[in-house]
Amino acid sequence: MTGHATEAPTPGPVTVTGATTAAADAAADNVKVRIRGLTKEFDVKGRSVTALQELDLDIPRGQFFMIVGPSGCGKTTLLRIMAHLDSPTRGEVEVRHSAEGRPENSMIFQGDSIFPWMTVWENASYGLRMRGVDKAEVRDTVGHYLDKTGLTDFKDCYPHQLSGGMRQRVSISRAFANDPDILLMDEPFSALDEQNKTLLQDELLRIWDETRKTVVFITHSVDEAVTLGDRIMVMTAHPGTAKAFVDVPFERPRDVLDLRHRPEYGEIVYEIWQQLRDEVSRSQQRDRAATTSSRRRFGR
Amino acid sequence: MATTTTAPPAPTAQTRARRRGGWLSAPGRGRDRLLAVATPLILLAIWEALARSGAIDVRFFPPPSSILEQMARLMSNGELWPHLFASLRRLFIGFWVGLVPALVIGVVMGLSRPVRAALGPLISGTYPIPKSALLPLILLIFGLGETSKVVMVAIGVFYPVVLNTVAGVAQIAPMYYDVSKNFGASRWQVFKTVAVPGAMPSIMTGIELGAGLGLILIAIAEMVGAKSGLGYMIWNAWQLYSVETMYVGLLVIAIIGYVMSLLLAEVSRLLMPWRADR
Ligand SMILES: Nc1ncnc2c1ncn2[C@@H]1O[C@H](COP(=O)(O)OP(=O)(O)OP(=O)(O)O)[C@@H](O)[C@H]1O
Ligand SMILES: [Mg+2]
Repeated sequence: MTGHATEAPTPGPVTVTGATTAAADAAADNVKVRIRGLTKEFDVKGRSVTALQELDLDIPRGQFFMIVGPSGCGKTTLLRIMAHLDSPTRGEVEVRHSAEGRPENSMIFQGDSIFPWMTVWENASYGLRMRGVDKAEVRDTVGHYLDKTGLTDFKDCYPHQLSGGMRQRVSISRAFANDPDILLMDEPFSALDEQNKTLLQDELLRIWDETRKTVVFITHSVDEAVTLGDRIMVMTAHPGTAKAFVDVPFERPRDVLDLRHRPEYGEIVYEIWQQLRDEVSRSQQRDRAATTSSRRRFGR
Repeated sequence: MATTTTAPPAPTAQTRARRRGGWLSAPGRGRDRLLAVATPLILLAIWEALARSGAIDVRFFPPPSSILEQMARLMSNGELWPHLFASLRRLFIGFWVGLVPALVIGVVMGLSRPVRAALGPLISGTYPIPKSALLPLILLIFGLGETSKVVMVAIGVFYPVVLNTVAGVAQIAPMYYDVSKNFGASRWQVFKTVAVPGAMPSIMTGIELGAGLGLILIAIAEMVGAKSGLGYMIWNAWQLYSVETMYVGLLVIAIIGYVMSLLLAEVSRLLMPWRADR
């Protein structure tokens, strides 16, 4: 149903390209993540559910890559496959790991994922401790990121003593402190209030400017996608695949607040909303159809 | 005094109780503690009164005062101590002999599907056998010496701990394993940083049950083929028809059980500082 994307490139700074052109990038040498024909099926009570269908994707080294799409379209599934926590049913997924002595990827999981039995410090230093990094280095690195996330005063607290947003910041520190080649972030800021979100977005951009890591970032906020990303993939509703890619032309380093005043900003946001709108309504229709059919089935 | 504002007097337990509408409906820790102490004391007083008035047969139910007297006598003439220490020693050794393999096997079973498939039926199949019914067999295999007593305790500790450990490891949210895998933890590190702490609340429940079962089994084991221990003391008292000594034995075992549960509660608090203070 998606195989070919029909969106014509719109004038102005917004470039929308069909999913097929992603293949052209594959030729480039500096591809970090290369995905071809990725299909993922889950077995749910003996029935096969297609979460991802025929997805093609290339993410160049050092790109800040954003994924938006309606709920349940397979974003998390895609990220988990990139992290090797799930395996594809069909297709190829290639992640090129270059940096020596550095982990390939670290994931910020969707929702609560820090260990309840470890203090903030123990959680944030988890990756480094598992790798057996030198104690002094652990102290410096973890101290640095706890400082950046405003958790220094809480480093000896246990998660049950923290708010939801603070726990999310611990998870962010844990991934950053691990200093991976690729950062995989699954809606990392969705549990935060606006001020904290803007603060951490700024901080993330600053860190990214320093390190130029490859980042794959899932969000349901179009604003966040445009603010942070180099390139945005809009996904189709269930089963998920690439609907369109949107390039964000803003220069780096960026200033989160300043960006939102620009006229191009509104244009890009509008464009993505256009892409998303059909998908969201499609997924709602599907949900409604599912409810009515199940109602019929149960005779209500 | 020159103060212009004064704090209202702190409500006493009684005023607080009255405000809530009566003594019985007043919630509070003080009252709970009072009830916990009062109930056994009242029952003992009733027992004492009934025994003295001859309403109950003192041959079976000697008055509590004479039981305490007998206890004081056994303590001062030194008869009680060797029995107490013999039992404690067997309990202690048996506890560790049962605990360590139970923990290792339990966690490995919880983590590894094949191991669980291989050992699961064996353990849940032998679990319902009353452990006391194993005593003759254990005596046959290990003889009348210390080993058989220690083995009985170990068996008592082993089952609850292994079963609770497997259950505890199994209920850990899969996400935590994903996290540890994503952050490069080795198998041993997953064991140490996810499986054991994640299962710890359940493991501690198993240890509490196991310790209690161990206490039951040591008393039984000492009644047969032993020349020391609280179980032997009780059995011997039965043969000598010294009912007070029997009661002293029961009382001491009850005290051991109580102290053990206090100790384990403290250990739980130390091992799991992350749990919300309850
Ligand atoms: N372990 C699983 N077993 C069965 N089905 C699964 C599993 N994980 C995901 N799915 C299904 O795959 C689809 C995609 O799920 P996924 O979690 O990737 O969505 P998502 O895009 O991250 O949604 P959200 O924005 O709500 O987080 C859903 O239909 C979901 O029901
Ligand atoms: Mg998701």
